Amino acid sequence: MTKHKRPLSPHLMIYRLPLTGIVSITHRMTGVVLAMGLIIYVASFFIILQGNDAYLELQSFLDLTIIRIGIWFFVYALFFHLCHGIRHLVWDVGTGFEKDDMDRNAIIELAFSFVLTLIFY
Amino acid sequence: MVEFALPKNSKLQKGKEFPIPKNAKNLKRIEVYRWDPDTEENPRIDVFHIDLNDCGPKVLDAVLKIKNEIDTTLAFRRSCREGVCGSCAMNVNGKNTLVCTKAISDYKGTIKIFPLPHMDVVKDLVADMTNFFAQYASIKPWIETQTPAPADSERLQSIDERKKLDGLYECVLCACCSTSCPSYWWNSDKYLGPAVLLQASRWLEDSRDENAGERLDELEDPYKLYRCHTIMSCTDTCPKGLNPAKAIADIKRLMAIRQEG
Repeated sequence: MTKHKRPLSPHLMIYRLPLTGIVSITHRMTGVVLAMGLIIYVASFFIILQGNDAYLELQSFLDLTIIRIGIWFFVYALFFHLCHGIRHLVWDVGTGFEKDDMDRNAIIELAFSFVLTLIFY
Repeated sequence: MVEFALPKNSKLQKGKEFPIPKNAKNLKRIEVYRWDPDTEENPRIDVFHIDLNDCGPKVLDAVLKIKNEIDTTLAFRRSCREGVCGSCAMNVNGKNTLVCTKAISDYKGTIKIFPLPHMDVVKDLVADMTNFFAQYASIKPWIETQTPAPADSERLQSIDERKKLDGLYECVLCACCSTSCPSYWWNSDKYLGPAVLLQASRWLEDSRDENAGERLDELEDPYKLYRCHTIMSCTDTCPKGLNPAKAIADIKRLMAIRQEG
């Protein structure tokens, strides 16, 4: 019998997740970002409703470089979330599980969401 | 439950570094996770140096060499040394594999060996497989029938029916896939994990089994089956080249077809 409580073996900190795994967790994180971003988006409407001064103030705020980068990140998150969602639909149909396709498809969705972001620009 | 950090008693410490062998021409540095149940110390990482010119080609050969020649207290499981028993599953440089079929030459630089991830450690590289095998038993891994067996023959299977089991029957239950799955790490008490679900698929696909309905009833549960989020780490890591993610998708499809009636 063990005299001491058994330790838990290391997991996340030592595991090298495949690209599909990283894409999967990114999908979840972008989901959170999008949900929070939507709240900020709606909040900005309320700010605009405050009148002319508030509108101008919001405009100069959105012109800040860091905010602009944030917005582009948000747009990329949106398109990435969309692309991975489509991949989930493909999986749900029952195809795209082959080992050779996995990394290739992950790169396609990352690249395609980047292209969509550029087109949006 | 999702817990990113290790519990207090599981945090890693620096271990011993064993001396570099004299006159060695082809040195390899190997770091190994150690935990001794007879002490109150936390797990540690020991460092070994072996001469590859005096060692077999597989990672298991290196581990055996360490046990035979450097530190006899090292504990690990192994048996067949050819990838059919599933005993020697370990985490090597961040991926789970059977060390008996994995070549040392596949790794550049230091080799880091851990027990299977997110498992209770019995000693050193030996993980507690109790829950894993209990989950395996829970899917009833045997043929269940409603009709009486033919009087003068076995329950026969056509070549095409037998073909459906390819890619499923080869599984040796090493648990590499299940312990590579983040979903299984956080929910191994309720989620069955890729290895056991691949086996569930294996019995659902078997033409001789007549209990598919009941098997699907058992799996119709928010955790047992549907905690699979297609992370695909299972398929990525399987040392037998199988595809548990696809097997799980096949079960989900059977569920959907059944619900449509």
